[in-house]
Parts: sequence; C-alpha cells; structure tokens
Amino acid sequence: MQFETLLLILVAMTVASFVLGRQRAVAVAGRCGGIRALHSLPKYYGYYAAICCALPGLALLLLWLGLADRVVVERVVDSLPAELRELPEAQRSLLVNDIKNIAAGQFVDPGKREELAVAAELYLSLKDSSRRILSGLIVLLGFVGFGWSWLRLRPELRARNRVESVARIGLALASTLAIFTTIGIVASVLFEALRFFDRIPVSEFLFGLTWSPQTALRADQVGSSGAFGAVPLFAGTALISLIAMTVALPIGLMTAIYLSEYASRRVRAWVKPALEVLAGVPTVVYGYFAALTVAPLLRGFGQSLGLDVASESALGAGLVMGIMIIPFVSSLSDDVINAVPQAMRDGSLGLGATHSETIKRVVIPAALPGIVGGALLAVSRAIGETMIVVMAAGLAANLTVNPLEAVTTVTVQIVTLLVGDQEFDSAKTLAAFALGLVLFVVTLLLNIIALQVVRRYREQYE
Amino acid sequence: MNGAASQEQVLERVRASLGRRYRQERRFRLYGLASALLGLMFVGLIFGTIISNGYTAFWQTQVLIDVYFDPAVIDPGGGRDPLELARADYNRLARAALTELFPDVRARRDRRSLNRLLSSGAAYQLRDMVLAEPELIGKHRAVWVPADDEVDMVVKGYIDRSLPEKSRRVKDRQLAWIDRLADAGRLERHFNAAFFESGDSREPELAGIGGAALGSFYMLLVTLVLSFPLGVAAAVYLEEFAPRNRWVDLIEVNINNLAAVPSIVFGLLGLAVFINFLGMPRSAPVVGGLVLTLMTLPTIIIASRAALKSVPPSVREAALGVGASQMQMVLHHVVPLALPGMLTGTIIGMARALGESAPLLMIGMVAFIVELPGSPFEPATALPVQIYLWADSPERAFVERTSAAIIVLLAFLLLMNGAAIWLRKRFERRW
Amino acid sequence: MAKAAIMARSATAGDGALADAGGPALRDDKDNSSNMNRREARQPRIAIADLAREAEAAQTVGDFTATDPVITVRGCNVWYGETHALRDINLDIGRNEVIALIGPSGCGKSTFIRCLNRMNDTIETARVSGEFRMHGEDIYDRKTDVVLLRARVGMVFQKPNPFPKSIYENVAYGPRLHGLAANRAELDEIVHSSLRRAGLWDEVKDRLEEPGTGLSGGQQQRLCIARTIAVSPEVILMDEPCSALDPIATARIEDLIDELSQNYAIAIVTHSMQQAARVSRRTAYFHLGRLVEVDATDKVFTNPGHKLTEDYVTGRFG
Repeated sequence: MQFETLLLILVAMTVASFVLGRQRAVAVAGRCGGIRALHSLPKYYGYYAAICCALPGLALLLLWLGLADRVVVERVVDSLPAELRELPEAQRSLLVNDIKNIAAGQFVDPGKREELAVAAELYLSLKDSSRRILSGLIVLLGFVGFGWSWLRLRPELRARNRVESVARIGLALASTLAIFTTIGIVASVLFEALRFFDRIPVSEFLFGLTWSPQTALRADQVGSSGAFGAVPLFAGTALISLIAMTVALPIGLMTAIYLSEYASRRVRAWVKPALEVLAGVPTVVYGYFAALTVAPLLRGFGQSLGLDVASESALGAGLVMGIMIIPFVSSLSDDVINAVPQAMRDGSLGLGATHSETIKRVVIPAALPGIVGGALLAVSRAIGETMIVVMAAGLAANLTVNPLEAVTTVTVQIVTLLVGDQEFDSAKTLAAFALGLVLFVVTLLLNIIALQVVRRYREQYE
Repeated sequence: MNGAASQEQVLERVRASLGRRYRQERRFRLYGLASALLGLMFVGLIFGTIISNGYTAFWQTQVLIDVYFDPAVIDPGGGRDPLELARADYNRLARAALTELFPDVRARRDRRSLNRLLSSGAAYQLRDMVLAEPELIGKHRAVWVPADDEVDMVVKGYIDRSLPEKSRRVKDRQLAWIDRLADAGRLERHFNAAFFESGDSREPELAGIGGAALGSFYMLLVTLVLSFPLGVAAAVYLEEFAPRNRWVDLIEVNINNLAAVPSIVFGLLGLAVFINFLGMPRSAPVVGGLVLTLMTLPTIIIASRAALKSVPPSVREAALGVGASQMQMVLHHVVPLALPGMLTGTIIGMARALGESAPLLMIGMVAFIVELPGSPFEPATALPVQIYLWADSPERAFVERTSAAIIVLLAFLLLMNGAAIWLRKRFERRW
Repeated sequence: MAKAAIMARSATAGDGALADAGGPALRDDKDNSSNMNRREARQPRIAIADLAREAEAAQTVGDFTATDPVITVRGCNVWYGETHALRDINLDIGRNEVIALIGPSGCGKSTFIRCLNRMNDTIETARVSGEFRMHGEDIYDRKTDVVLLRARVGMVFQKPNPFPKSIYENVAYGPRLHGLAANRAELDEIVHSSLRRAGLWDEVKDRLEEPGTGLSGGQQQRLCIARTIAVSPEVILMDEPCSALDPIATARIEDLIDELSQNYAIAIVTHSMQQAARVSRRTAYFHLGRLVEVDATDKVFTNPGHKLTEDYVTGRFG
C-alpha cells in the first residue's frame, strides 16, 4: 500500500470517528433529556472519538518511520554471507548503500556480486511486508480506539476536559522540541567527536600545530593518520574574527550613536532601515562579494604598495565579515544606548558638558555592559560564520598573524571535510565533528555569558 | 576655594576650554556621520556590484539561423518514430545552417571554431521543435537559437577587444564572424527565459536557477508546514499554559541559545541524525527543510511569544469571565489576536531560511543537478547553494549568472521582508 | 548643537512686553484666546465661570522684578509642537535669593526653569521665544555659549540622577570637563569642599570610591547638588528636588537650600506649598502656562492678590 493512501485512510477514519462520535453524543443525550444533559458540547465528543481513533495509529507510524529501515537493514545484513557480514563497519555501510541503490533500481553495476542482488531482493520484500503490517496495524488500532470511545461515551463523560488535556500535552511536546534539538546537536557532535578522540588524542587535537587531514584520504597510504593539530584553525578563526570585530565594532557603535543621538528623526527613519538591509543579505552574497570584489581590490592595492596580498587573505574575509556584523552591532548598541535614561544625559548636559562629552563620559560608560554583551554575541556570530570564509578564506592551515596571508578557519574545515565524497568513519570525517563540538561549545559559552550580561544590564534600568 | 569669589575665575577657565571642546565635539560628530555613511556606502557597494554585474544575465544573445530540417539527417527511415527522432543528430542541422551563412569558411579548423559560436543548447532546441511538431521535417524555418556564452560576453561588451589575441578566448576570426552576424541582424538579445526555467548546466548559457528555485521552494514548504504549527504551539504553551518551574526555564534557556547557535552546527545535526542515523536521502529538500525547521523554530517561538505577550490580560479575563475554559480562551481569543505578529515572525524566519546555505552543504544539497526536482524527496539544490556553486566557476558568463541569481534571491528576500513589514503595519494594534 | 528652532523675538525691553502692548503680542493674544476656548472644550477641568478669571490672569499680579537681578525674563513663550506651554512670562531672579515656583501639574513651571539654562534645547519639538538675559547678556543669542551658560546656571533634577561612577568621580565630573582644576590636589579640594557644602561629606568621606548609585535617595540628591556646586554656578535651578524623597531627606535638602542661598541664586520648582513657604523669599504662582502672581512669599501665602492663587494656596484645587 502506498504511504499516501495509508495517510488518506487514516484521515478518513478520523473524520468518520468525529462525525459518528458527535452523532452518538447527540443520540445519547436525546435519551436522557436533550443536549443540556451532556457534560460538554457534542463536538467535543466527536473530537474525543477522533483522537481515540487516530492517536495510537499516528504514534505507531512515527515509531515505524524512525525504526523500520534500521530493522530491515539489520535483517538484510544478517542474511548476507559471513565474509561480507564480518567486514569492518565502514565498508559494510557502503555495502548497505549499494544494496539500497540496487533495490531502488539505480545504477546496477554489473561488477557487483550476485549476493547483493539477492540482498536487494530481500530488502524490497522485507520493506514491503513491514509496510503491509504497518497499514494493517494502523487500521486495526483505529477501529479499536474508536470502539473504545464508542463504549465509553456517556453524557457524564467529561469530553472537553479530556480533549483539552490531550491538546495541552501536544502543545507541551512542541515546546520540548527545543530541548530535543539541543540534545540532538550535543549527541551528534559529541558521539562522533568521541570516536575521533579514540584515534587522535584530545591533547594533540587541541594543541597540535599542524593540520593536514588530506593525507588520511586512503587508508593504505603512508602517513595515513594525517595531522590533526587544530591550533592553526583556531588561530585563523581568531584572526578573521578579530579583523571583523575591528571593522564592525567602531563603525557599528558610532553609527548607533550618531543615529540615536545626533541624526534628526527623518534621517533616522531612512538610514536605519537602509542599514538593516545589510542584516538581511544572505551570507553567501557576502562571500561572493568578498571573493569577486574585495579580494582583487586588496590584492591590487597591496601590489601598488609593494605588498604581497594573498588572493584569499584573512583581511578580505575579515573585512567583509565585519561589514556583515555592522548592523548586528549597531542595532544591539542602539537598544542599550536608548535604555540609558534621559535623566543621566540631562544631568551631564545640565553641568555644561557638550553632547559628545556626555556621550563619551556618561552614556557609553553607563551602557558599557550592554555593549560588551552585544559585542560578545557579535564575536560568536563571527566565529560561527561559514559561507564568507568558505568562499573568501583559504584552505591552507597557516599558523600566522599576518592578515595579508591566507588562513583557514574551523568552519571552512568542517565544510571541506564533509562536502564531497566522504568515507564514513575515517578520521577525516570524524575530525569535522570534533571541530563542530569545539565550535558549538565556544559559541554556546559566549552566548550564555553575553545573554547574562545583557539581561543584568536591562534589569539595572528597568 | 570655589566660593562665590571664584565664579569669575571659573568662567574664565571654562571659556578657555571652549575652543578645544567644540573641536572635539565636531570631530566626534564627524566620526559618527562618517560611520553611518560608511555603512550606507557598503550597502550601495554590495548592491551596486551585484546589480551591475548581474542585470545583463536576464538577456541572452541568440543567433538567427535558417534551418533545413533535413529528413536524411533526422528521420532517415521516414517512420516518424519519436524515439528515432529524439536520437537524431540535430547538431548537424545547426552546423549546416551556419555553413550556409558563412560559405567562405572552408578549412576544418575554421569550421570547428565557427560552430563554437552556437551553444550546444541549439541542438536541444531543434530536437524539441521537431518532437513537438513533426511536420517540420523537410521544411526550412528561421530559428533563433542561443549563442555560445563567449559570443554572449562579446555582445554584452565584457570582452576587451584591444587585448592581444592570445589572451582572449574569442579569437579575431570569431570576432569578425560575430560582427558579420550582428550586421546582418542575425544577432539579437532576447529575454533569457531559460535562466528561470532550467536547471544547472556546465554551459553558462544553458544554466538556470529553475532547479535551485524549485529546491528552495520545496524546502521552504517543508519548513513552513512544520515550523509554523510547532512554533506557535510551543509559544502558546510557554506563554499561556506552562507552569513556572525549572523544566520550563530550561526550555527557555534552550530556545534562546539555539537562536544563536551557528547554522553550520545545525547542518552537522542534520548529517548525523537525519542522514546517518535515520537513513534519509542525501541532497533531498525534505531533509533541508527539516534542518531549517529546527533552525528557524527558535526565531518563530520568540516572535510568537512576543505577539502573545502583547495581547492584554483584559481580553483573557473577559473570556474566562464568561466561562470559557483556558484552552477555549486561548484558541478563540488570544491566538487570533496574536496571529499577525506570529505570521510576521514566521515570514522573517522563512526569509532567513531562504538565504541560508551552510547547513545545506552538510546534508549534500550541493551537488551538480541538471534535472528539476519533481518532489521534496528528489535530489535538488537551493538558490543560495547554486550561487555558491556558480561562484566557483571560472567562466566570465558565470559571474554574470551568479550575480543575476543573487538579484533574484535578494528580490525574494525583499518581498518577504516587505510582506512582514506590511503585515505588521496593517494589523498593528495599540491597546 | 541646538536641535530646537529658537525664535528669539526681540521684544521691547521692560513693561512694553506686557500682553496689552505691541502689535505682535496682540495678535498672539487673539490666537491664544481661540486656542484657549478649544482647550476648555476638550478638558473641562475648570468650570466655564473660571474663563473670566482666566482672562484676568493674563496680567501678572504683584511685582515680577527683583532689586539686583541675575536673570531677567520678558515675554517668554514656549511651544511643544502645537501645544502652547508658556505664555508671556515676565520674571526676574535676584542675586542670592530663593524663588519658589508653584502651581498645579502641567502649569509650565518646570518648562520655565528649563528655559533658563536652555535644557529645552534637548527636546526636539520645543520652541522658545522671548527675551532672556543673564547680567544683561542674551541667553538665547547665537553667540551665547550653551556650555558656558550651563556652567553658570546649574540644575538639579526631579529624580536623583547620579552617574554610574564613583562618588568622587560624580563630583569631579564638572570640574574635569571644564578644566577647573590644574592638578589632582586642586580637584580633591574642589570635590571635598563641594561635598562639605552639600552636607554629604561626613556620610561619604570614607567611601569616595564607591559607586554613587549605591547611596540612598536623599544622599543621591545631595550628591547631585554637590556635583552642581562643584562648578561654582551663580544660579541653581531645582526641579522638584524633593519629590522622590522621604520627609527626613526632604528636610535635609531644605536646610541645605537655606545655606546655599547665601552664595547662590536658587529657583526651586515645588509641588509642596509648605516647602515653598519654608525655603523661599519670593514665590511665583503659575497656572496653565501663565504666571498669575509673583510676590514675597509671605504675601502670596497670607494675602494673595489673585483669586486663582488664593484657591490654590488654600487647597481648593491643585
């Protein structure tokens, strides 16, 4: 049975349950003194019946979606001849991929072994029967659920309360999704990163000075272990983020000050949205801009000064990333500057301070915690930014502080290691997850600190 | 002492400091103005670069050739069998038509470089014409076919003719032919519909954003269908029903932090959980949609909660006062009032999802895909990823296409943000 | 620097600027009366019968001049956008005198003192016209320097607003800005003596480096006064300085005002008639943007010359 048909049947059964449940409620009520005798409105009895009918089936369906494929694959692998079954995990997963491809009718490589075709056959039949069992179970559960609600339906049944508590549970589940997402992130990066650290010691990863994962491409090569010292990546990330912040912080802050303290209302009404456009531009566009315009510009400029600027210099990527962060810094600073009470400014102006003296000596010191919090958030964004550096920063892991040279970053390496042909379980792929773990932990810490600082600051003036 | 006696002295000192202080004031103000102008300049620079590089891609140079649909080439058997027709060598028809235009070009090498003026898409176009209208066979017909991307670049003036021939990809001889075609009125710029309709291609003149846009569309569809109800449900629960306890605090902390987690980390999650663990297909928009759902949910939840918060308690009290249950109060009164705000947040979240590319690289939506995806389960790429892919291509014509794709992407984003602003203005309510 | 458009109307000096004098003033008056009718229709806080008295109030009862004036104001008008906040005010502030400005909420008394050191410049919609002179110099003249003016005319605000800095830095702020101290010792001297004069020294001398925001409300307000007198102004404007304070702190501030009046001219806006009676030598009564009566404090409270003043001081409204 097709998946869509199954869903359609389930929906039809649910609707039927609703109508029947409702009718039965009215009928039952008619016998004992009209609708007023019911605890809830008739439609709630309908909802109740519908929920009883659909919910168990839906739960089963979700379970099946999550597990069926794994169970089937396991059975298929079990059926394989022993020498294939005993292959290392990495190759076995490739094998499973082949079987699935054959089953899906895609490129049937004639060189493939006969066993695989048999396995694919088995895979298809297992899938088919599992789907059939599922359909039967769902329909059965629907009837049982509906029957249960039919029998329980009495005027005293508090249908509304029951329906509402189910809805409430549904809402609560939706809100826990955030927690599951976090758990998912932590689990996925942590799990793979731990496997990486089984091969490469943590200390080597965190303190090693050489990064050349490419040598690990083929297991039979000499020096296949590669070098996984991530310090050059951390340094590169720090360098580019530093350049970005040197661009974004002063410009963003001064823009916010100018717009909130000096500019007239009309200027503000036009300039602010225009700058916010920068915040809406996708990062891939910044990356393109960096590679197409900024990098050649810097190179040409460097040449005219007799400097050798790499075409993928840290400076170019950092500059453009800074431009990207300007609106972020300026809107956060704008918020905190406006939160400084007018009384504070009046006090300073009333003593004869000029406008800029008031801003420099009273407003900014008062807003400093908020500005620092905003800057931390901006740093966390710079560190996690991917597309700009992928397109405009280099791949070579140079350990340098010279902004004119090419450096690479954590995010660039994650992308390079995971895009393209990958071999599951190689140290190279796993390294990406280790880098992801570092990235997640660092940005998480920055965010927590920044949100805390900003919140304290807000409370101070509320 | 600073008593009444020193007031004169104070005045004097203040006066003495004034010049310096006003200079500082002016300088400070100038810094502010310069920063704001610099910001605006960046906006102008980015948009200026993209638009000036990209607007020409909406037109494509086409060549008018007189094609003789030679039955001997297309349908030697004469059976009009569609399979037979589809397999025929239409390049020969195009080449023959070109030879007719330039009878003086004889040498094989010259012929070959002459043929290079036409796009390989010309053959596909002729084939499609014949398949749609088999009566054409045996007839002459003047047809506009796409020119090669190098010709396109010459016509659009991107190639500097004064360069020495060796450092040009278009040679002098070809330039002369192009000029002859142009003089004969056989070279025109037409609206580039293929750019919007077709999928990716190695040939710039055939490459389009159709496939990528469709991929983005499927992805956003999945994201919208999942994230709007889930986000609203979560926001309603947290704002209206949730007890104040540690668990709910934990949820809130989680939501706030997820909103600031780098997008590439969501990509890692998608790769590890959806693809490796749950065995979902690589490169499929549905997986992209799932990842983007997780990414946009925090945004939508935060915006929806703000919208719910802005509904005054008096509305809630009034509903409860006439005997509505809490669920009825929320569904009948609070949520409808907060809906515009929630929609605004959702649109902004969708706009962000549309521009996102890093997590999609992780889940394999970065392949070279020519076919248009027919469903969310088929391999596809997305608009920003297409931009990323094209940005790597060396041909000059791809620079133009990349910029044009960016223009389209930005237009969509502006449209969505504009809709959000309109919605906010239209339904803004002050209590 | 000034955001507000300042209309410096050059009215003829002296009594000529009174409402019944020059042409422009007359035209103003007509506008005003029609304005006023509309306002009455909108907010009938005062009965129709009061209209007559309203018109009467156009002329200030009592003597608005001072014998040795530091600041003289003639024909002061202030608009906030479309709202006409002050109408034709004439008032002098004399050397070393305390003048109290009283009146119901929204009558314009705070607006008036904010005109005197041009704090209204910071409000975008405010427009000020009329003649303001300090020792004969026009306060609103283009050549007049706001910084200098505010150094001479200090201000204490309604809510204590110490800067988020240490107590020492709060007081040292003004002298540092204006370069009043040549070295650290001089600055110390200024800070210490200002704190002493503000009566705060004994309470804070051991914790000068602690943040000023950590003090109690009354202490904060005295810190703000110390901050103001650290730049040795001639005039101190106080905008309801005690409204956020408890009675004991209020009493301390009132004592302080009394002491300060030996060296400074003080204009104090207050809601409390008792406070006005206790601290001031002269009292000015404002009503709906007009200066109704100004006279010696005893006279205003015991024998007011205007019905509105009498109603207010006897507590019939306000």
